[in-house]
Amino acid sequence: MIVKHKGIRLGRALGWFSIALGSAQVLLTERMNRLVGVDGMPTAKALMRGVGVQELTVGAAILNSPRPVGWLWSRVAGDVMHLAMLRAAMGSSGSDRSRVRAAAYAVLGVGVADLVAARALARASSRITEDGATRLRTAITVNRPPEEVYRSWRDFERLPQFMYHLESVQPTEQGRWHWVARAPAGKTVEWDAEIVEDRPGEVVAWRSLEGGDVDTCGLVRFAPATGDRGTEVVVEMEYTPPGGRAGAVAAKLFGESPEQQVRDDLRRFKQVMETGEVVRSDGSPEGSTTHRQLKQRPAQPVG
Amino acid sequence: MKATCWMGPRTVRVKDVPDPKILNGRDAIVRITSTAICGSDLHLYGHYVPGLKVGDILGHEFMGEVVETGPEVSNLAVGDRVVVPFPIACGACNACKRELYSLCENSNTTAPRAEKLWGHSPAGIFGYSHLLGGYAGGQAEYVRVPFADVGPLKIEDDSLTDEQVLFLSDVLPTGYMGAELCDIRPGDVVAVWGAGTVGQFAALSARLLGAERVVVIDRVARRLEMAREHAGAETLDYEQTDVLAELKDMTGGRGPDACIDAVGLEAHHPAAPLHAYDKAKQFARLETERSHALREAIMSCRNGGTVSIIGVYGGFADKFPIGSVMNRSLTIRTGQCHVHRYMRPLLERITKREIDPTFVITHHLSLDEAPNGYDTFKHDKDECVKVVLHP
Repeated sequence: MIVKHKGIRLGRALGWFSIALGSAQVLLTERMNRLVGVDGMPTAKALMRGVGVQELTVGAAILNSPRPVGWLWSRVAGDVMHLAMLRAAMGSSGSDRSRVRAAAYAVLGVGVADLVAARALARASSRITEDGATRLRTAITVNRPPEEVYRSWRDFERLPQFMYHLESVQPTEQGRWHWVARAPAGKTVEWDAEIVEDRPGEVVAWRSLEGGDVDTCGLVRFAPATGDRGTEVVVEMEYTPPGGRAGAVAAKLFGESPEQQVRDDLRRFKQVMETGEVVRSDGSPEGSTTHRQLKQRPAQPVG
Repeated sequence: MKATCWMGPRTVRVKDVPDPKILNGRDAIVRITSTAICGSDLHLYGHYVPGLKVGDILGHEFMGEVVETGPEVSNLAVGDRVVVPFPIACGACNACKRELYSLCENSNTTAPRAEKLWGHSPAGIFGYSHLLGGYAGGQAEYVRVPFADVGPLKIEDDSLTDEQVLFLSDVLPTGYMGAELCDIRPGDVVAVWGAGTVGQFAALSARLLGAERVVVIDRVARRLEMAREHAGAETLDYEQTDVLAELKDMTGGRGPDACIDAVGLEAHHPAAPLHAYDKAKQFARLETERSHALREAIMSCRNGGTVSIIGVYGGFADKFPIGSVMNRSLTIRTGQCHVHRYMRPLLERITKREIDPTFVITHHLSLDEAPNGYDTFKHDKDECVKVVLHP
């Protein structure tokens, strides 16, 4: 589902480029200054060495990191800074204007490569796709037989009891279902969905229909857990909230991570299946919710 | 009602707060008759545990009388006298079914927080921060007990005083489990670091479980004397001797067969610079534990022996002697006590007079004096070992 190689090769190449460039800037400072056309400037040596150290650091960080998205972005920032420095050099006497200009074009070229790599890597590892669809997958083990767990899940009308982001689920004609869910900023979203696959005790898959507020599809698998431990419930779903990618990013900024919500829903589902109720504490009197993880009440009776 | 609330580092106050209510069908409300301050409460007092909020009610060692039960509770009646175990367990999840009650999969309502720090979440605990559920604790007049059909132990023998059974809630089973984890064989020598209440009970339990010799290590004279008198232990004062060398001499050069760490994250080191190192790193949050006792327990243990960790740790320790562990085939066994497992067997031993846990109590205070109690306990004033509060 998640493409990993995009951006990684380019990122690594840029990492090695940083090392090579940085080494030259530190060890062959005079030559580099002449090449760039700033050898006539008094501060050139110190600045070139400083930039060299910076390049070496970033290069090492990129090569040592499995996901150097941040470091690639810092390369972009560095390129902007170097362009500014070269611009300043243009205006100073003691610089070879044509060489400085050439150097600036080179930095610009590398900057484009940095930008492409950073974006590609960021996108590849993000769970938010191009069009704003959020993909998630999570699992929990429930100490009950798969048939029983399936039956409880399949009773969609009862889901809002422990899936707090849902307001209601009602059957409509033709074996379809109408879902109403809470959205960020106090709104609600609604959609109709149909069951695409239904194997009792094994799997339920659904897909939303055209015309709803949310585009969603997913499935839930029920499998016996090894070692006589009940049922493994695996949820895979994809959904596009209203507002596309911007909406998905905005929701994350408001702290409403759909992945965390689904995990909390599953946790509460497990509590209901195993203990009969959603477990309440003084810090979280409504039960475990995403919101409550950050904003706990003090551990005192509610009163 | 009155309750002891955490108000900030080294600050607890008895405040007026709302009475607890039934929130889940399997709840019970208990009127507390006796409650104790635990060594691990001092970690909260000193703010070594993250996730505390101003106003949190502390206390996880308590007992009392049932005053209200939820609709799904049939095993308890109003008026029953109960001791409540400190981990909250549902009884139905895989962990509870395997008697790993402090790993209950359902009771921690703040599991995502615990998962971030520890990978997965253990059970919720009374009065022990919002890492472990944010449950109100029992250093108060009343407390709400979730899953009352699983946790509370009924005390039917009226001749047993509160003092005799209160410690079934935490410290006695914890000490016992610490000794049990050592897998003691006849002839074994067991060393215990820490002569606080848990260490005392661990030493006592090691004897009961068949250890031939028990050595207790601490620096407070009163506590060492207590260990000699009540656990029949030999003692070492780590400020006066080199513990590693002494333990070798005492065991023909081998080292103890099992070592119990009943100290935990606020360990003290006799060498000022090393203690300062750990304290400084802890202050700067570069490490979260002072694990000197654990390091020493590991280094002292004989080849192939067992290190049993029942002192509380929270985060990450520095300079952990993993090389010593790996190269010498040591077994490390640890965990928050699965109290529910031990309550009945230990109650029986108490009833038969095989164990009298009351010897550790040095202070009886009213609930109002709780801040005093914390201060006395923390600073070892007045030869304090265990403070029991009576609302």
